[in-house]
Amino acid sequence: MIDFINSIVVLLNFVIIPGLSYGSQLALGALGVTFVYAILRFANFAHGELMSFGAMITILFTWFFQSQNIGLGILPTALIALPFGILATIVLGLLSDKFVFKYYRTQKSVPVVLAMVSIGVMFVVNAIIRIIVGTETIKFSDGQKFIMKAKQFKVMTGLNEGLALKSSQVITILITIALLTFTFWFLQKTKTGKSMRAFSDNEDLALLSGINPDRVVFITWLIVGTLACVAGTLYGLDKSYKPIIYLNLVLPIFASAIVGGIGSPFGAVVGGYVIAFSEIMVTYAYKKFFKYLLPENLEPSSLVQLLSTDYKFAVSFTILVIVLLIRPSGIFRGKVL
Amino acid sequence: MSFDKYEWTAISIMVSLFILVGFIQGWSVSLVILNMCIISAIMTMGVNISWGYAGVINFGVMGFLAMGGLAAVLVSYPPIKEAWHVGGSGLGISFVLLIGLVIAVYFINKLVEKKSLKYWLNGLVIFFGVIIIRYFFLNATSKIEEVDPALAGFLGGANLPIIFSWAVGGFFAGGVAFLIGKVALGLRSDYLAIVTLGISEIVVSVLKHEEWLSRGVKNVIGLKRPVPYEINLQSSDWFINMVTWFNSSKLNEIIDPDQKQEILNKLIIDSSSLFVKLNYAVLFFIVMIVIYYFANKAQVSPWGRMMRAIRDNEVSANAMGKDIVKQHLIIFVIGAAIVGVAGAMLVTLDGLFTPSGYRPLRFTFIIWIMVIVGGSGNNLGAIFGGFVIWFAWIEVAPLTTFLINFFTSGMDPQNAIRLHLLNSVPYFRYLLMGMVLLLILRYRPRGIIPEKVRHS
Repeated sequence: MIDFINSIVVLLNFVIIPGLSYGSQLALGALGVTFVYAILRFANFAHGELMSFGAMITILFTWFFQSQNIGLGILPTALIALPFGILATIVLGLLSDKFVFKYYRTQKSVPVVLAMVSIGVMFVVNAIIRIIVGTETIKFSDGQKFIMKAKQFKVMTGLNEGLALKSSQVITILITIALLTFTFWFLQKTKTGKSMRAFSDNEDLALLSGINPDRVVFITWLIVGTLACVAGTLYGLDKSYKPIIYLNLVLPIFASAIVGGIGSPFGAVVGGYVIAFSEIMVTYAYKKFFKYLLPENLEPSSLVQLLSTDYKFAVSFTILVIVLLIRPSGIFRGKVL
Repeated sequence: MSFDKYEWTAISIMVSLFILVGFIQGWSVSLVILNMCIISAIMTMGVNISWGYAGVINFGVMGFLAMGGLAAVLVSYPPIKEAWHVGGSGLGISFVLLIGLVIAVYFINKLVEKKSLKYWLNGLVIFFGVIIIRYFFLNATSKIEEVDPALAGFLGGANLPIIFSWAVGGFFAGGVAFLIGKVALGLRSDYLAIVTLGISEIVVSVLKHEEWLSRGVKNVIGLKRPVPYEINLQSSDWFINMVTWFNSSKLNEIIDPDQKQEILNKLIIDSSSLFVKLNYAVLFFIVMIVIYYFANKAQVSPWGRMMRAIRDNEVSANAMGKDIVKQHLIIFVIGAAIVGVAGAMLVTLDGLFTPSGYRPLRFTFIIWIMVIVGGSGNNLGAIFGGFVIWFAWIEVAPLTTFLINFFTSGMDPQNAIRLHLLNSVPYFRYLLMGMVLLLILRYRPRGIIPEKVRHS
């Protein structure tokens, strides 16, 4: 019995908790991509840079607060800086819309052209970020790093295996739950949310019923900016901030959005967790897990790893391709908010 | 190939830019930029063929370039006999097993009618097949990677002249493109963009981590060259005579024989590196012209017109009996193959293969910017875009340094803002690229040299 609990703890520590926090970050990112896709109707390649930009502004404000000795005690200072980051990201999103995307929307350009345009935006934002903070890795998490250390857990429960709980992981999961609850409540219950759903379902009909498209676009960028900044900051808090990493993050985020069914917010969230868990589960070495479960003579000699961790990234894409082949509209039949 | 006035202007602007750089920064710099410009132009023609002719989006440029690079290694590197000896049989067994697995899956799909049973059988066969193959495969590869890991640790290549790899690179990239196209080409264009981008990342990560094949992140250095080495040139008589003849007027003015010899030696060293670069430029230029010639021929041929019809109106082209899926696949493969040729040439020019150097920003998106800026659907436009953008990519750094120095000249030299700006000079090129792309898409969406509308 104790072996069984030990094996569960191993799984919790190395697969489930990291999967939950990484999945939350992906889910928030994918939700943003899905919003842009459903309402503005294009694949926004600049979303990763939007996340990076939000995280950068948050870091700059964190530094400012740290220099003023303002902090939250055991919580990271980044949490007070986050609203400023969100504000800046929203402003960036609105500016990019006003100066770039709006023209193509009124021209009714095909989605591919808009995707190309978003690549241009991606380059510009990327350059701005690099010019401001360079390309070095930045660690900006302060406060208490662990809620529970592996050793503490071992002493507390008397088990062989430790369970470490990083505060950044718990913060990620809590913020994600709060933000997702709010977004879904907003979409389902408020009048504005309903008008956005109507707009994404059938633009002409929505316009006929007197929905103001500019307002819908404005609200969309509010939501997208918030989601992007929070996702970017949480990812940076969890794994330290590196400007170029967000370009690589765009692909798993797209994979999440498409796997869940692009355009469906619920699908995006589910897709985020699906991608995160499969990346971690396929590349995790289960040797320790089986050591506890199986009798001694059956103990595996190899690492029991399906794929080496080098291919973490390839996993999300293989899933994407398989889903597109078997069920092209994604798990949750996307298209409508 | 007849150019109109506008196109002649574009060409002469490019030529004069290179001459200008030659005089200001030296001919060596000019030739280095020229070589990369030509390679970029070949890449853009590859993208232009699939995107400009048929509207098939290909964001996998990076992956096809890497396949070309792999071809350069596999063709030119001498084989490592010991590695073949220890791991060859294991690899052979796993390869045969893999073919067996594919055949088994094929027959399951063909013979089993019931859908749920089919999925389960497929899953089971693939699962156990992969486990068995992995056993042989990992055994073999780990043995190969243990063979002299500091110098070898991979299978090596075929020890042929590297120039063959340009064609082989095309085949490699085309083969990968065929597989990708079979899977992904039914998708909507923006999905296709994301999928090709992702698959190209997978290709690069395979090259990065399968050390038995490509040495992975340990890189392959010292590849053979299709052109002479500087050191051999410097000791060969005909080259020394040629340099003396070229500089005879300059040398004759010097009377002191010691000084004359010294200057001649320096001239020989300089011109040998120049000569090598010039050789590369000539080789690359020939390839570019050949591809340009055939691409243009294809564009005005019935096949090219059919492609345009498919691009402009898929539904009616389909109604006319054109097999759209097949034609899309063909053009995707052709475009990728040309990119693969460029990839092999790139590695040939560098003389080394560094899988970790393939990044999407540099090797996919910049190429796309070249195509859009130059003019999609027009081969000369694509070449022009490749030249202009690569030229800008290189020359932006000195220009920004100059501008920053100019605008901050009033500031204290140790001023923090000034120093920060000077440190971030390399990033201004991304800003420029983004701005150029946005401006072109807004004000000249068909590119600098747009596609010619033909009514014949």
